[in-house]
Amino acid sequence: MVNNQPKISVENLRLSYGHREVLHGLSFSVAPKEILGVIGPAQSGKTSLLRCLNRTIDFVSNAFVSGSIRIDGEDVLRTSDVHTLRRKVGMVSPLPVGLPLSVYDNVAFAPRCAGIKNRDELDARVERCLRQAALWDEVKDRLHTLGTKLSGGQQQRLTIARALSHDPEILCLDEFSIAIDPVTTMRIEDVLKELKSHMTILLVTNLVQQARRLADRTMFLWNGEIVELDRTEAIFSNQPRDKRTYDYIHGLFG
Amino acid sequence: MTASQTDNLKRPRMARSTAAIFGERIIELLIRLCGVSAIVFVFGIFLFVLREGAPLIGKLDWTKVLFSQEWYPTSKGNVRYGVGALIVGTLSVTGLAMLFAVPFGIGAAVFVSEFSTGKVKETLKIVIEMLAAIPSIVWGFIGLSVMNRLIQEYLPAPVGLNLLNGAILLALMSVPIIVSIGEDALKAVPDSYREAAMAMGATRWQTVYRVLFPAARNGLLAAALLGVGRAIGETMAVLMATGHAVNIPKSIFDPIRTLTATIAAELGETAVGSDHYRMLFLIGVLLFSITFVVNLLADLAVRGVRKQ
Repeated sequence: MVNNQPKISVENLRLSYGHREVLHGLSFSVAPKEILGVIGPAQSGKTSLLRCLNRTIDFVSNAFVSGSIRIDGEDVLRTSDVHTLRRKVGMVSPLPVGLPLSVYDNVAFAPRCAGIKNRDELDARVERCLRQAALWDEVKDRLHTLGTKLSGGQQQRLTIARALSHDPEILCLDEFSIAIDPVTTMRIEDVLKELKSHMTILLVTNLVQQARRLADRTMFLWNGEIVELDRTEAIFSNQPRDKRTYDYIHGLFG
Repeated sequence: MTASQTDNLKRPRMARSTAAIFGERIIELLIRLCGVSAIVFVFGIFLFVLREGAPLIGKLDWTKVLFSQEWYPTSKGNVRYGVGALIVGTLSVTGLAMLFAVPFGIGAAVFVSEFSTGKVKETLKIVIEMLAAIPSIVWGFIGLSVMNRLIQEYLPAPVGLNLLNGAILLALMSVPIIVSIGEDALKAVPDSYREAAMAMGATRWQTVYRVLFPAARNGLLAAALLGVGRAIGETMAVLMATGHAVNIPKSIFDPIRTLTATIAAELGETAVGSDHYRMLFLIGVLLFSITFVVNLLADLAVRGVRKQ
């Protein structure tokens, strides 16, 4: 999967919260239109890694990041326009946060912030994103009820629709299926396979089989270090390079 | 010792003592009393004020009273109690004050809550609280001396004691209330909303007006209405700064008189039980009704917003 021009290239990324370092110098790159699965136990730094990519790590007041992250060659940690960066790198968090707005306004939020005012364009975009998030059929008759009134799983899909609404080039999914039933999860996974044609996707998941189904390559992150990053088949084969990978995937850890 | 005897010794007593049960009853009763007393006091005050004014109600021509601007309570030959100008005075000075205070107060609340941090934030909060603590008579002095002179010097006003002067003072007095309640309302919005919005590339300002304003709608409305309540009820500052002339204002530079100022200025001069005395109490009832309607409207507005 080596590409001349990686979409994301991370070098010696270190992150600490106060004095506690949680990412110990990660280096890896992601090719355009690749799905990179990230697996690893709790506290391994998966979410922190994603938050560095679109600088939402800035919200944590005692976080300190060093090293470099380049997206299309542009230095993420030193960019002057963090808003454009965040539109470029969409994020779906594990705990859905429905904004206290209608379903429609939730999805139209980011496009409006980006300056899209045309009603037809917004309508089309909202419908497209809700369809992609497998939510359209459930909410098309109540687009103007509060997004926070939806069920947990629906809110989760609403955040997926929202992350797609600003046409990101990179989509970071952090445990997107945590509150979604298996059937709907499969529908969204199918959508992800389609989105792959024009999007780079980082998929953080606790469901190792999900990574196996979707990811081109998979990274096993443990205690803030990359244990192994390889083609998904290799990671899930009977002999990954590191024994810890095998143990984690097969539930033998500890 | 047999097993059952040990059981008896070690098992904690589950039944509560009579004293504990009785104590809880008393506390419950006290709490209920506190709640009910609020209602009792409001009704009590209303009834007392109404009782003082009641004998006059039948004697008056109410269309004339409410819509005439002829307020001659001490005229020898022809006593007239027209409060039209006073109502207009109160409403106009309150309205103008809110025109200044609401945008300014909400703006300041947004700045304190969302844009300032650390020392700036702490200092601002303390200063704003101090502003709320200035007695209204001191505001009156400022109106009478400082504002009066400034208005005469820099604005095309014949007199400095007028609607504008009073409105600015009222605005300054209600801003601290609007800021602190408004800031509380904004602070109550969970950080996760801000982060979710900013994670999608929203700027701070976009987050404020697209997410925080809708989320804190009720609280911000309450802040504005408490400001209105403060302004309508204020007496001393408006008495000193508005010129105290019974007059329907044609411009913001005209002097006016408010309902509250009339009561404050005249009640001491009247004989207890006289018509004039009773009329002033009826003005009190009127004032009570105005604030009641404002609160009711606010409540309905908040409920309407919630339903949506």
